[in-house]
Parts: sequence; structure tokens; C-alpha cells
Amino acid sequence: MAIRSNKDIKYLTAQKVIKRPKKYCRFRKYNIRYIDYKETEFLLNFINEQGKILPRRITGNSLKYQRKVSEAIKRARHLALLPYVTDLLK
Amino acid sequence: MSNHYETVIIFSPLLSDDDVKREVSKYTKMVTDAGCTILEERLWGLRQLAYPIAGKSNGIYFIMEYSGGGTIVQKLEVEFGRNENVIRWLTIHLDKYGIEYNDKRRKGLVGKKKEVQDEKKEKMVEPLTAGV
Repeated sequence: MAIRSNKDIKYLTAQKVIKRPKKYCRFRKYNIRYIDYKETEFLLNFINEQGKILPRRITGNSLKYQRKVSEAIKRARHLALLPYVTDLLK
Repeated sequence: MSNHYETVIIFSPLLSDDDVKREVSKYTKMVTDAGCTILEERLWGLRQLAYPIAGKSNGIYFIMEYSGGGTIVQKLEVEFGRNENVIRWLTIHLDKYGIEYNDKRRKGLVGKKKEVQDEKKEKMVEPLTAGV
């Protein structure tokens, strides 16, 4: 039995497998139904330093609530509560 | 079935307090005259704008929530456009969750945690001042 398959290879130290906690939609988890466009501090969670809306793959929002978040952010921008473009927002 | 609307108006920062009151009463009167009921009026006061509008970096924010027929919205927005003191406005139609949220906020059920923290801070400060 000279040939070994990959399955047989054993490492001296166990390989570290980093398990990230699974992302979740905070609106579904905490049962938040309405996103207020006047609460800018809360909306800051969903935009980056340049004032851009973060994608769903980062925030973990479900599609339904991502739409509501983006609508709220756009309303806040119209009312000059949030900037359209900046640097170093946070 | 009546609709619920929420309107935010940004007035020019150059207006005096009396001017703002006059403008606000003008619009609230328009709303009530049209047969709508005003559920809430809030004057946020002078706030800094995130970006300059009409060459101004500050604005006086006013929010009102009302329910009634939808014809008032168009009339109001025509008036806003004609008024030089109004630099920005937004009217939204509230869905059932929005109505529920605003009801809760009026009763003080939203953002309760912050108040508790503030009280704690005040309590922390008290013994220090008492000791001095």
C-alpha cells in the first residue's frame, strides 16, 4: 500500500477552522416592522463611511427589509438628515 | 377609509420664532380646514443640515402627522413650492406599521432604554455634587 489518498494525510496540529456566526436579519429576529427615516443613528448601521448603502451580503437583512432600509435612508438623505456623499462619516 | 400622512417641513433658519409659529399655523389651518385631523405636531427646531440647501447650512424642522383625504397633500405641496421660507419638504403615506410605530412613540414606548441610561448618569452625578 504505497499510494495514499488525500484522506489519509494527518496533520500534526489540528487545522483551525474559523466558524463565523451566521448572519441574520435583525428586523425579523427582533420583530421590527417599521423603519423610521428620522432615526439617523439607527440608519448609520446600514451605511458605510462614504454614506453608501451597505449590501445585503454584509448586513444580513432579508430582501423585504433591505428595501425598507434603503427607502428610509433615501428619505433621510432628501431631508438632509444624512449626507448623499461624504468622507469619514463615522 | 382615511389615509395617514406625515409631513416634514424645513424652514429657512433666518425666520424668527414668531415667523415660524405663523407659518406653522398657516399650514395646520389648511389641514384642518380640509377636514383632516391633526394627530401630532412637533417642532424639532434648528438643526444642522447634512449638506447645504439653498445656500443654507441650518434649517428649522417641523413635523406633523394627520389623517384624512389625500387631496390635501397636493394643495400643501403647491403652497410649499410657492413659499420662499420653505427650503425642503417631504410627505409620506404611513402604512399600518408606521401608524402603530407612531402611536407607540407618542406613548413613550420607543427608545425607552436611552431614558434609563440618562437617569443612571444623573444618579451618578448627584453624590459627587452632594459631597462637594
